[in-house]
Amino acid sequence: MNTKELQLKSIDYRKTILEIIYNGGAGHTAGSLSCIDILNVLYNKILKINPENFDDYNRNHYIQSKGHSVEALYTVLCDINFFSKEDLLSLNKFKSHFIGHPTKKVPGIEHNTGALGHGLSVAAGMAIGFKLDKINHNVYTLLGDGELSEGSVWEALLSANKYGLDNLVVIIDRNKLQITGKTEDVNPIEPLMDKFNSFGLSTREVDGNSVQELNEILSSTPFEKNKVSLIIANTVKGKGISFMENEVVWHHKVPSEEQYNLAQKELEKLKININND
Amino acid sequence: MIERANLEIFAETLLELAKKDKNIIVVTSDSRGSGKLTNFGKELPEQIIEVGIAEQNLVGICAGLSAVGKKVFGVSPSSFLTARSLEQIKNDIAYSNHPVTLVGISAGVSYGQLGSTHHSIHDIAVLRAINNIDIIIPADNFETREAIKSAVNYKRPLFIRFGKKPMMNLHTSNHNFKIGHGIKLKSGNDLVIVSTGETVNRAFKACEILEKLNINCTLISMHTIKPFDEDILLNSLPKAKGVLTIEEHSVSGGLGEKCASILSQKNIHLPFKIIGFPDEYMVNGSQNDVLDYYNMSPEKISEIAQKMIK
Repeated sequence: MNTKELQLKSIDYRKTILEIIYNGGAGHTAGSLSCIDILNVLYNKILKINPENFDDYNRNHYIQSKGHSVEALYTVLCDINFFSKEDLLSLNKFKSHFIGHPTKKVPGIEHNTGALGHGLSVAAGMAIGFKLDKINHNVYTLLGDGELSEGSVWEALLSANKYGLDNLVVIIDRNKLQITGKTEDVNPIEPLMDKFNSFGLSTREVDGNSVQELNEILSSTPFEKNKVSLIIANTVKGKGISFMENEVVWHHKVPSEEQYNLAQKELEKLKININND
Repeated sequence: MIERANLEIFAETLLELAKKDKNIIVVTSDSRGSGKLTNFGKELPEQIIEVGIAEQNLVGICAGLSAVGKKVFGVSPSSFLTARSLEQIKNDIAYSNHPVTLVGISAGVSYGQLGSTHHSIHDIAVLRAINNIDIIIPADNFETREAIKSAVNYKRPLFIRFGKKPMMNLHTSNHNFKIGHGIKLKSGNDLVIVSTGETVNRAFKACEILEKLNINCTLISMHTIKPFDEDILLNSLPKAKGVLTIEEHSVSGGLGEKCASILSQKNIHLPFKIIGFPDEYMVNGSQNDVLDYYNMSPEKISEIAQKMIK
């Protein structure tokens, strides 16, 4: 899959995210839109996870620690054939397995998340397990930037560094907003890169909405031998929809019919632009 | 006969098993000394993961190791393990269904004068309310050894709770240990006494005092709190004049309330008493002093038992 195909896929994914949230009547709209390019590159270029190899744990793993952006994850898993579009559209319906946070009841989900600050420790445990067995697979985990206020994240980083987990790739969806407002107003985390560097990690920073940059950086791990690779992915919350971008209100808001149609039109237009490039 | 501390038996049994199975991994939070695992660390350094004083991280790492095929024992003082990391136990172990064995050491009031920060008198109650995790509290060396052997290949999330005092062996060679099945240590028609963990020893001594007074009790070591063995309790009741429960735990949400809930929902109305810690600012002292103060000396247990059947 080349860059243009990935870009087009990201737009289709955004269209699906909006569709299932609109249909299901709830969802973490803006956070799913900020991280979808990361998931696109992970699942279509890096992870090599598919329904055939999923049950064997000797493969790459992905733990979505920012569980609330589950609509992005469901959308990608549907696209790579873990379940049908019909299943996906059952999101939030009574007795559906497709709930508002990742659950292993849904095919393709590795770990139940939703409470923040949990995923990194679990990912580190998996990476330690692979190191013990000298198995050459990677573990990837995605954290939100608001999530970084959870102390357990930093506990996990200490251990990950101690065990030299160069098979662990930590990605921060740095969209700079959380439910209350700007991360830097709610509980400042900057200078973030300095903090990660001081923990002994090998760090990089990318445009987290550029599939090309993401593909390049994710293809080059480990950045250093015996060190955790950590990527700050600078993203835009609500990315792709003009009236949602950087607007705090879209954290968990469902578009009206009018807004939904407008958003789909904007995405169609983006698609045409990419096709004409 | 006084045997050794259950904690020592745990560490020794786990080391024996781990020598034969390199998939057995122990995770500690600066707790290998208190968990009697120093030897394990020396003999099998590749099979022990040390996360420092970070219990939340300990539980998460246990889940991750389990997800890639390891047989994991997370060992940490019960107080911190089941309070500070409760959300990790709930989500990363129980809800995510990883068959990790979490070992809460120095449980109850084992830490004595170190005080309430270190006491763990809530752990049974909180874990009873978490879906999909089982709870075992061995009474003596036999139950400890069998519990650890059963835990290695157990297919569900599990919590095992230990004190650290030497325990008298209560079992004969006829006893069978099976998770989810209590053990009847004594049979008698006057009173049914149900206990769990280290207080079973105290209940056993109380029964001996009562026997001299010609009062014969059934004593059940309810080593598994979840899943709970309703049958052994109900089958002991027909001739009993009452039920007495004893636990090194808060009276809220523990063994006693579990028994009471079973009896009341079966419409069985017998004199019933729970011995445990009340909801109050607890007295300070050694484990022994605290247990005695809250009616858990063999003498006090036997006094209460006598009053119940009068």
